[in-house]
Amino acid sequence: MLELSILFPSVLNGLTTGAVYALIALGLTLIYGVLHIINFAHGAALMIALYGVYFLHQALGLDPYVSLPIMVPAMFAVGYVLQRLVIGASSHGKDENILLVTLGIAIVLENLALYWFKSDTRTIDTPYTLATVDILGALISAPKVVALFGALGTAAILLLIIGRTDLGRAIRAIAKEPLGARLVGIDVDHVYAMSFGIGLACLGAAACFLLPAYYVNPTVGNGFVLIAFTVVVLGGMGSFAGALVGGLLIGVVESVGGLWLGESLGQIGIFLIFIAVLLFRPQGLFGSRV
Amino acid sequence: MFGVAVAFAPAFVASGYALNAITMTLYAALLAQSWNILAGFGGQFSFGHAVFFGTGAYAMAVLQVKFGWNAWAALAAALAFGAAVGAFVGLLTFRYGLRGSYFALVTLAFAEVFRILANTFPFTGAGVGLMVPLRASAFDLQPASRAGYLYFILVFVLASLLISLWLKHSRYGAWLQAVRDNEESAAALGVDAFRVKLQAIVVSSTLMAAGGAFYVQYLHYIDPHLAYGPGVSVEALLGAIVGGLGTVWGPLLGAGVLHVLGEATRGLVGDAPGVNLVAYGIVLILIVTFMPHGIIGLLRRRPPTKLAHA
Repeated sequence: MLELSILFPSVLNGLTTGAVYALIALGLTLIYGVLHIINFAHGAALMIALYGVYFLHQALGLDPYVSLPIMVPAMFAVGYVLQRLVIGASSHGKDENILLVTLGIAIVLENLALYWFKSDTRTIDTPYTLATVDILGALISAPKVVALFGALGTAAILLLIIGRTDLGRAIRAIAKEPLGARLVGIDVDHVYAMSFGIGLACLGAAACFLLPAYYVNPTVGNGFVLIAFTVVVLGGMGSFAGALVGGLLIGVVESVGGLWLGESLGQIGIFLIFIAVLLFRPQGLFGSRV
Repeated sequence: MFGVAVAFAPAFVASGYALNAITMTLYAALLAQSWNILAGFGGQFSFGHAVFFGTGAYAMAVLQVKFGWNAWAALAAALAFGAAVGAFVGLLTFRYGLRGSYFALVTLAFAEVFRILANTFPFTGAGVGLMVPLRASAFDLQPASRAGYLYFILVFVLASLLISLWLKHSRYGAWLQAVRDNEESAAALGVDAFRVKLQAIVVSSTLMAAGGAFYVQYLHYIDPHLAYGPGVSVEALLGAIVGGLGTVWGPLLGAGVLHVLGEATRGLVGDAPGVNLVAYGIVLILIVTFMPHGIIGLLRRRPPTKLAHA
């Protein structure tokens, strides 16, 4: 058995990583809950956001956390335009088409990044990159603790938008009954695009919290996208609470699994959970919808 | 007719470059045909077809390099392993009724699991990959001339074409397409949907494994990313979708068009990494948006088949 002194920091570390997974998964689950599409371009969009934060830091010297008010609206705009002009136009009412088009977007974004920025892995240097916080004797990276609270804050804002605003009411109406929503005068295409935009705005926030302790390269999104799918499936497609809990859980599984099996095999636990949940409990732990 | 034409190609085409281009196009066509059998005829969109490709490739490489098998025996085993993994994935996913996006996600996850396993265990060469030594004899399934490789891949492409033709005209094919168009109705008419889909994934995965085995023999090298990475899965689905889903000739046509397109982009922009894939991605989006029946659909006045509504 592992010593508690090793296990405790590992669990804490997993929670902080899991918070970022949760943030990424929140965007994915919103898009799924409303549009009933699986956004394969989610990882590529996160990669674009990370490059955005990186270049804001390199070119303008902006601190990643200061970039938040720029990156969140910017990613929102990207998402709105993508849904309105590309994805919405292609669906012809078929799920498969949307799968393929978001996959196509992912391929294009990833390889444009490869072409422009080359495959170099880039990191930024901030005064607090290596700072740590002492939590009951466990040393946890400070940017990761910030990410944990950032993710929780973003989730709270998201819940407020969905629960308390007119837009949120429209989103919930469409998630339940798109035709009925159209009949009572809701601009469905606009709300679809808003939802997709908000989903990507979550990625803008995630990128700002992620980069101080992470890196960016053209394929960085791939590592996250399957994990985000796992989180969403585990938590129940379209459930916000599920995405939060699922994200934290997956973070801990990865971190603790890595202790037992080593870095490389540790990730396998995530995919095995993913396959098992899809097979045996496809509605997830929290089967509710948005 | 097509087979005869290609078979005589080596007699007329002298340059190694052109032969290589034809061979690689046929290879891409085989992957696309494999994907099309499951997705085009069966309606099951796999995003992780690499899991079958990689299994064929690794079986071919590991059995030869680590166990000293003869290449022909290894090829037979590679096909068997491909079929077995196909049956395994099919049994699990279809047994639990996964469809549409869920099926795509699960196949993707299976490919990832296999990639990590291949990256970890020493007998697959782990992250370094495996080199298959050059022997250049027919006994070792390494033809001395490029034309030999062309025949190697041509045999499998012809087999996949015959299977597709058979699917178009046989009772089994009608069942499979009925399941694609409306699984509930098909089941109500007495079609065993689970069994029909399972058979389709086994045929598809065997052909995909053949593609992997060919890859190893032709290029003499395999590593976890090449075998199980998303690249191969995307290559397989692109050819089928661009050419025309659920058609016999579409995947072949799509593979040819994509090859020309890839070369053209390289010629225009230069041989920078990723450039041809940007073009492929754009083509994928445009085709799905404006030509859901692929290039074949343009050539015919009427769309060949009605695709399933999700």
